Amino acid sequence: MMITQGTFSFLPPLTREQIAAQVSYCLDQGWAVSIEYTDDPHPRNVYWEMFGHPMFDIQDAEGVMLEVDRALEALPHYYIKVNAFDASIGWETIRLSFIIQRPEQEPGFSLERQECAGRNVRYTTRSYAVERRSGSRYGTKERE
Amino acid sequence: MPSSAAPGRATVRKSVSDSPAIAAEASLDLDALYRESNIDATLQTLDRELVGLAPVKDRVREIAALLLVEKLRNRVGLQAHAPPLHMSFTGNPGTGKTTVAMRMAAILKDLGYLRKGHLVACTRDDLVGEFIGHTAPKTREMIKKAMGGVLFVDEAYFLHRPENERDYGKEAIEILLQSMEDHRDDFAVIFAGYAREMQQFFSSNPGLGSRVAHHIDFPDYSPDELYQIAEGMLEDMQYRLSDGAQQTLKNYIGLRREQAHFANARSIRNALDRARLRQARRLFEARGQALDINTLATLEAADFEGSRVFAKASGAMP
Repeated sequence: MMITQGTFSFLPPLTREQIAAQVSYCLDQGWAVSIEYTDDPHPRNVYWEMFGHPMFDIQDAEGVMLEVDRALEALPHYYIKVNAFDASIGWETIRLSFIIQRPEQEPGFSLERQECAGRNVRYTTRSYAVERRSGSRYGTKERE
Repeated sequence: MPSSAAPGRATVRKSVSDSPAIAAEASLDLDALYRESNIDATLQTLDRELVGLAPVKDRVREIAALLLVEKLRNRVGLQAHAPPLHMSFTGNPGTGKTTVAMRMAAILKDLGYLRKGHLVACTRDDLVGEFIGHTAPKTREMIKKAMGGVLFVDEAYFLHRPENERDYGKEAIEILLQSMEDHRDDFAVIFAGYAREMQQFFSSNPGLGSRVAHHIDFPDYSPDELYQIAEGMLEDMQYRLSDGAQQTLKNYIGLRREQAHFANARSIRNALDRARLRQARRLFEARGQALDINTLATLEAADFEGSRVFAKASGAMP
């Protein structure tokens, strides 16, 4: 299965030019772009790891793309997303966020049913990927 | 292939005679491109705002012309690879290197060679780290900020310290070099510093020297030019000189140029700032008297005569 979340989640994966164009739009709006990654793609996992610092005061998309290229190279088997943070008063939040890389094999989720008192059922989704240790969930090697 | 479809950088080599279509379009006019690029306004600002510096302005015009022609060549499909944008500005302190670099960034943007045209100024401290593994991220950070604009490396020769083999400056130079090559369309690097040290710097880093296409030398200002600069600064600050002060300032400039640590326009600015200070004290000490707007805006000869420069000069002569 292909995990989708964030902006453009109904589109096929973006190309490098398309990512750069989106980043360019974000910078034109005055937002600070940052990169995050994870290998625990549960939809409720909102705390992804940061890759480098959030990039304040960068003027041109190519500056961000340098960092994007580095992330793609360093983390070939991770989910990577690009966030744009709006620091203006009243917003102070992420305005745009989209996935730019997924692992090749995405095993998907299982649904667990827990039976409780009074024939109630509690549901839990669980990623098959997290059965393995973090760092070796996707792909054979974490890093070359 | 229609010749108007400009090929990319990896263009197939062909001679002018191979493509007759080019001759037909030869009337493509340079003037139109010049007008649409808005570069004229930038060059005029450069002329108007900066006193003197005739050789520098000539070189800037030359470079602008080259870039413009190169763009036209690209348009008609003649061999057109991106011209190198990296430059070196050499000259004594206060000769306007940073100011010209800012104008240059604007020119490059007007001509479409840079996307944003901002200037990121940095020195050794911003590029070189303090321990192993600290330099690369620091240098990359500055390069990221400069993308789409100009990275202005002030006193660039400090990057290279031949006396210390383990100095991290070399690493910073290597990373800069790599990015100058890989991202030649995305940003321009301007190295600035004293002429002699810069020459040494380039000769000990041949890879760097060969990638810097344009060298511009900034001459020192003549006394008349310095006086003009002072007038311009005073006008901006809404001050004026009394008749006596005009001559005193001229004398001051003559003496100051001969003394140590003279930094051209920067020394003039400092002298004016100190004169304002003395004027304020003079007005404050005579605070019983009535003031008018004219007195507030006028610097007197006495405000300059308090300077150490005069004391030193008279002390030297017994």
